This record gives sequence, C-alpha cells and structure tokens, in this order.
Amino acid sequence: MPQARTRLETEDPPLLFEQGAPGRQGYQLPGLDVPERPLTDLLPVSSLRRRPLELPELSEVEVIRHFTGLSRRNHAVDVGFYPLGSCTMKYNPKVNEEVAALPGFSRIHPYQPEETVQGALELMWRLERYLCEIAGLSRATLQPAAGAHGELTGLLLIKAYHRDRGQHEQRREIVVPDSAHGTNPASVTMSGYRMVQVPSDARGGVDVAALRGLVGPQTAGLMLTNPNTLGLFDENILEIAEIVHQAGGLLYYDGANANAILGISRPGDMGFDIVHFNLHKTFSTPHGGGGPGAGPIAVREFLVPFLPVPLVGFDGERYFLDYDVPKSIGRVRSFYGNFGVLVKAYAYIRALGPEGLRRVSEAAVLNANYLMRLLAEEYHLPYDRHCKHEFVVSAVRQKAKGVRAGDIAKRILDFGMHAPTVYFPLIVEEALMVEPTETETKQTLDRFAAVMRQIAREAEEAPEIVTSAPHRTPVRRLDEVTAAREPKLCFPAS
Amino acid sequence: MDFVPLTDAEREQMLARIGVKSVEELFSDIPPKARLDRPLDLPNGMSEAELAAHMRSLAAKNAHLDQYPSFLGGGAYDHLVPAVVRHILARSEFYTAYTPYQAEVSQGVLQTIFEYQTLVCRLTGLDVANASMYDGASAAAEAALMAVAHTGRRRVLVSAAVHPEYRQVMATYLGNQDVLLDTIPWRMGVTNLDALQHALAQDVAAVVLQNPNFFGSVEEMAAASAMAHGVGALFVAIVDPISLGILAAPGEYEADVAVGEGQGLGNAISFGGPYLGFFAARRELVRRMPGRIVGLTKDVDGRRGFVLTLQTREQHIRRERATSNICTNQALNALAATVYLAMLGPKGVRRVAELSLQKAHYAFDSLVAEVPGIRPMWDAPFFKEFVVEMDGEVGELLTRLWQDYNILGGLPLAGLYQGLDRSVLWCVTEARTREEIDRLVLALKAIA
Repeated sequence: MPQARTRLETEDPPLLFEQGAPGRQGYQLPGLDVPERPLTDLLPVSSLRRRPLELPELSEVEVIRHFTGLSRRNHAVDVGFYPLGSCTMKYNPKVNEEVAALPGFSRIHPYQPEETVQGALELMWRLERYLCEIAGLSRATLQPAAGAHGELTGLLLIKAYHRDRGQHEQRREIVVPDSAHGTNPASVTMSGYRMVQVPSDARGGVDVAALRGLVGPQTAGLMLTNPNTLGLFDENILEIAEIVHQAGGLLYYDGANANAILGISRPGDMGFDIVHFNLHKTFSTPHGGGGPGAGPIAVREFLVPFLPVPLVGFDGERYFLDYDVPKSIGRVRSFYGNFGVLVKAYAYIRALGPEGLRRVSEAAVLNANYLMRLLAEEYHLPYDRHCKHEFVVSAVRQKAKGVRAGDIAKRILDFGMHAPTVYFPLIVEEALMVEPTETETKQTLDRFAAVMRQIAREAEEAPEIVTSAPHRTPVRRLDEVTAAREPKLCFPAS
Repeated sequence: MDFVPLTDAEREQMLARIGVKSVEELFSDIPPKARLDRPLDLPNGMSEAELAAHMRSLAAKNAHLDQYPSFLGGGAYDHLVPAVVRHILARSEFYTAYTPYQAEVSQGVLQTIFEYQTLVCRLTGLDVANASMYDGASAAAEAALMAVAHTGRRRVLVSAAVHPEYRQVMATYLGNQDVLLDTIPWRMGVTNLDALQHALAQDVAAVVLQNPNFFGSVEEMAAASAMAHGVGALFVAIVDPISLGILAAPGEYEADVAVGEGQGLGNAISFGGPYLGFFAARRELVRRMPGRIVGLTKDVDGRRGFVLTLQTREQHIRRERATSNICTNQALNALAATVYLAMLGPKGVRRVAELSLQKAHYAFDSLVAEVPGIRPMWDAPFFKEFVVEMDGEVGELLTRLWQDYNILGGLPLAGLYQGLDRSVLWCVTEARTREEIDRLVLALKAIA
C-alpha cells in the first residue's frame, strides 16, 4: 500500500507573485546612450506615478520554469484528441508557425509606406480572393478579429444596406434559429437589432413553416450556420433563402462550421449574402488558448460599398490600401485585422490547394459519421441521419442512472482526451457535441469510442466513478459556484 | 498537402461501418443547386518546401524593422521583446489549446490569465481586469458601451486627441446602438478642458481621454477625471501600458475604466495585428464588464485552481442579453504580455519607459535644434512620441528619407487632422539607438 503523499509532494504550483526576490530581474535592457535629463524637467510632477509598480521580480530561469510548468497542465491539440464540437480543433501545421514568424511578416509596422509592404498587401489581396472563391461571393474584409467580430461586422453591413434603401426604420429584426451559437444573439444586440428566434423542425433544420410566419417587412435578415450546430446540413436551405429574400431580408452565414463544405458547397451558392470564416477553425490557425483568431467576412457584390475601410486594392502593378469605400460602415478594429493569423491561413490554403481543401471536408465528414455510428451503440442519437463534420449524441439513457453529460465529459479527461462540448446546442437534452476533425486517425476515433463505451458501462454498473470524475487530472472538480459568488479575480498586492 | 492521415483501406472500413458505399453519399442531403460542380478556382497545393519558399519570397517584398530603423508609432510600437517571450509562446501546449472550457485540463491557460489579470490591475491601479479584448480600439468602444449600460445615459464624450482609428471604431460600435459620440476638440496638443467642461451635462455616460494622447502629449488626466465625475459620468482612460512605468496609473486619478493597446508588452508589431486590448475597471463594474474573466477557487480536494467565472454575463449563457458578443479574444497575446512583465519586473518596465522618454526627448531636441525648417508645434509635455512641423512637402521628405537613407520616418498627420498638413508624428522607443537617431537628424538636414 503506497503511503499518502506529503504536503511537499502535492503543493499547488506557485503564482508568479509567490516567486522571485526583491532585486532580481530576468531581462537586461540596453544602457542609456543619450545624455540623461532629470525626469522632472521632462514631465510635470503631477503626471508621474506616485505608488510604485508592484510586479514580481524574477530571474529568466524562474520565468521559463514557471511557464513551462504551466504549459504541462494544459490539454492542447498537440497533446491529444480534442473533439470539442463547433470549435474545429484540428491539427495546426508547423510550417505555418515558421513562415508567420519571418521578420518580413512579423516585424513590419502598419503605417509603413505602401511600397515597403507590397508582400504583405499582396498576401492580403490574394487571401481575400481565395476566401471569396471558397464562399462563392465577391469581396471580403479581413479586418474582423474573431468570428463574433465578423458577425457584428456582417450585421452592420445588413443595417447599412437597409439604411441606404431607406428601410432601416422598419427592418429592426434579425431571425436566429434556436440551435444557434450564443454569439449570434449577442451580436444581434451589439448591432442594435432585435432578435427573433425561429424553432428547429424534427429533422434538426429550420422549421420552414415557422420561418414563413416570422419574416415580413420588419425582417432585416437571418443568421444561420449550415451545417448547423447539430452537425446537420439544412436540406431546405434554398427555400429558406428564398423566403428571407422575398421578405426583403439578407442572409448571414455563420462560418463556424465551414470545415464540412470546403469545395463541396459554397454559402454564396446556397443563397447567403454575407459569410464569415473563422480562420482559427476552418483554415487551421491555432486557437491560442482562446485567441487570437480572425473572422474575415465575404459579401455579395451589392454589399461591397458598405465594407469597412481599408480594403486592399491592386492597380495591376502595385497593391494599396483602399479607403475609397463610399458607404463604408467605418472601422471595426484598428489597422488591418489580425495579420499574423491571416499569414497562417494563407499558407494553409496554398499548401492544400483546391483538392486538398476538398479532401479536408470529405475526411472531416467521414470521421464524424464513423464516430457517430460507433457512439450510437451506447448513447442516444437524437437525429439519426448522416451528419457533416460534427454530431450530437445525448446522455439521456445515462441520466436515468444519475450520470449527466457534464459527468461524462469530466470522466473523458481521465483518459488523456478532451471532452466534447456539453449542453449545447440547447435544444438537445444532455447534449454531447462531438467534432473529431479530419486530422485524426481511425485509431484515435476507435480509442475514443472505446472510452465512451467504458464510461457508458460505468454509468450502468458504478455510476459514482463517473459522477466523481475526473480522477487523474492535476486538479479535480473545481468549485465554480464559490468562484462566481465570491469572485477572486486578481492576486492581492502586498 | 492536406494533413489527413486516413489510408484507403481505413476509408473502406469506415464507410462499411457507416453503411454507405462512398463518401459522396454522406453529402447527398445537399441540394444539387447548392453543390459546386467544379473544383475551387485556387492555385494548386504545394509541398512544405515549396510553400516555405513562396512565403519567403512574399516576406522578402517587405522592408522590416530588423533591416531598417523605424520612427513610426501611432498605436503600434517597436519595443524590445525578450527571447523568452517568443520561446514560451511557441510552446504548442499553449498555442494549440482552445478556450479553457474544461478547467481540470486547462490550468495552464487559466492560471496565466489570472496572472495576466493581476498584472493589468497592478499596472493600471484598478481592481478587476478581463482576459483581453481584440485591440485597444475595440476595448475603448466596449468601455464606452459599458458606461452607457451602467449609467443609463446615451452620450459619450471623446477627445479629438484620442487615436483617430480608435474614434472610428467607437463611432461604429456606438452609432449602431444609437449612442451619441461627441468629440471634444484639442488645443496646443492636448484636450481642451474648457471645451470638455462646456460639453459636460447630466446625459453624459462617459468621458474618454487617451494618455499619452495620439500626439504623444501627456494629458491632465486628474482634472478631466474630476470633471467627468462632477456630472456623474464615468472616466475612461486609454493608456499606453509602457508609459505606466513612470506615468500615474489610472487608479491614481480615479479613472473608472482603463483600456489600451497591449501590443507593446512583448507582442510582435506584425503589420497591425494580432494585438491585445486590455480592460480594467473598478470592482463595482465587474458584472457589466465584457469578455472572459478567470477566478481563483478550490477543487474538491482543497487544491488551488482556476476557472472561467461570472459566465452569466457571457453570450453562451445570456445569449442576446450578454454584456458583449466578444468570445474568442486574444489569450495568446495576453500570455505574451504576462511573460513580458514577468521578465521585466517593476524596474524593467520603469526602465523601458525612462529609456523611451529620454531618447524621444533627445530626438526632439536634436531635430528642432539641428534641422532647418523643423519646428515644435506646441510645448505640451510628451512621453515617447511628439509632433513637429516641417517646411516643404512632408510626403516628399519622408519618401526621400526612405529611398535615399533607408529610414522609416514618422507618420504624416495630413488627412488625419485639419490644419496639420505639415505635421509629422515621430516615435522613439528604447529600441532606437543614439546612432540611429543621429543618422535620422543628419539625413533630414541633408534633405531639408
């Protein structure tokens, strides 16, 4: 019988603020090579900091060990399987990191003269065209810094369009399905619109009859992802587009799920007028623990005059920043967007080409359908049809034994894998939303299915193993209730 | 290339398990009219070596700051970055992770965000900070919207000396929520406080000033803050975090919210992005704050741990009633800032600020004293950027400075501000050497 571990063996990793010593410094700055003038000659005393800065004082090796230690307490795509539905956690090619770090990309200033950044502008110009071809639309802005930022930008374009036609005052509603990502309704509010929710039908698509009843002269547009958050392609998409267009509204495509349709079906051809892409999902730029991402949007020709400034132009010889966008909605971000992310997405598209991109979607969909069939042996499948890149199973059978989707998620962590998205979409009870992506091997999918089978068996035979999971993670079940009730959001200064 | 590992044999096994004959069948629910009946019109794929060569050739068309000295600022700064920062960012356990939805296997990201929040609080002298915004401009816009929600008032005053692009972003965000954005004029390089006083009324939700402002000038933040509070408005300070090594922290002049661009804290200049908006506020405002927040807590065994908290403000729970739609933000950039501040410590941050201040003043003094036709615009105190007026055609001078002397000169203000057609904004950080500054002065003497 092994002895209980001592306090020293189980110590919590220290915070930055619990390390170091007064007088230590990790980084040495160059000396002052110009004549020094007294600080108070240069700045009024009233403008100066009175309280000293309370930052930790650490050596380089302490900093390295601290963050290296923390990195080992993190699940990541490079660590293991990450089937987090709707997040498209695919493998990020390493060459992209190398090329984005080239000083010709990473060490250029946004206000340099255009003739000194022709390579950067050319890359943006080409990326815009590639994204437009993939979307089936005319032009794009690369400015939005994330998917939700793209949603906001797209909704502002819809608004500018209606305003331009003198219809803004009457068209104040955006229709959003009940299965939508939470960012959709939040973006509707941010853009000053009112959200109207359309229910899903029995096959998981938009309830077309309900939609007909909801749209009218008050409708500014519809936001939809297709395939939707159930991982299902909405078979009625052409009819949906017609209903919204006939009512005078525009269609916005939430590109969070575009990984399923590359080179197979284009949002523009489905009838969408505006599309955002999450470059950090579909185009394999890393998610960075929650960012940076990038959310460029592509639009149909009639919306081009409203795009944010600047666009990138090309006169046949040189690339330039084009501020001549007559009815622009303005700016949504400083400078030109998350350029470093754009470089990686560009590299990804160039590496894959048209055939590679199509193979991505085929493999993503094949992997998802295969895994769905394996999991359907033990878990309830609320929508029994072919899925696209992701699918939703339900833990209702396990719930009867007191095991909930959230418990299953925690138990999965014990096997060195990340959990699926849980309790989303909201319209499926005890939802587990799984997205394997195209970069996983069959062996990984088989192993995940075996883990899920074991958990289902545990739920039957020894549910407390699941409900008390995880057991093998650095920390176990964290107290979220107290964290929210008595928020401790920063470490107290001495 | 496609990074798909499936073999043909595996595909067949998987198709058989699904019960279909081909992958094509899995797409049969897509209506034919919505199908693309041709390959995408894109260049053919490349091998890794071909791709790397292509990318190198594109990068080589850009003049970068390791090759040429730059005196450009205006919200994007060439500060030195310790090698440790790049090394930690390159750890794929950080950059290939996602938003920490499963706290037990995300303590690395969660703890670094908690440390980041703490560092931002200490820099700004405020109580709470979020886990980052897209950039300084959108952080300023979100701060104004938060003030609108908090006060129930629908007018925001912003100084004309705030970065023009920040004001444009604020106009986009606020205008679409029917919030009035009024601009307070500047005078002699700083916000005209008389005009501010005149514009203040009971309907003002927030007053927004930048310090140092877009011209590099140091504002009278305490006075402006008191004026804002006089009518019950919130005071929002946009600050350069590097300047906080020597300049008063927003908390010291009782700002309610401090936001800004965190790029200077260890993030690559990268043609304008990805950057990092930081956002700090007084404790009372925490439940109205946009974005993610990480909190300290304990697990079932009593161990310290960190979780995403106060999520009832966020869109995945609150949907259309969320404080903001911001979801994916800039966590990796926040990590860079955290590592940067850990490496520099209090003395280092102060030293960066002092070096920038001293060198900027050396450059200003040299230009004004030695280059004929260069004149100061005003005598407002400045930090690391300053504006001078130049005789002659400014654009032509800067073009010659680049073409003949390989120096990336300052930012012309023509087009950004009326009446500043001959004015140029120069920036000098600790990364510029005396030799480079002297070279700039000699070059301008020769051109002018």
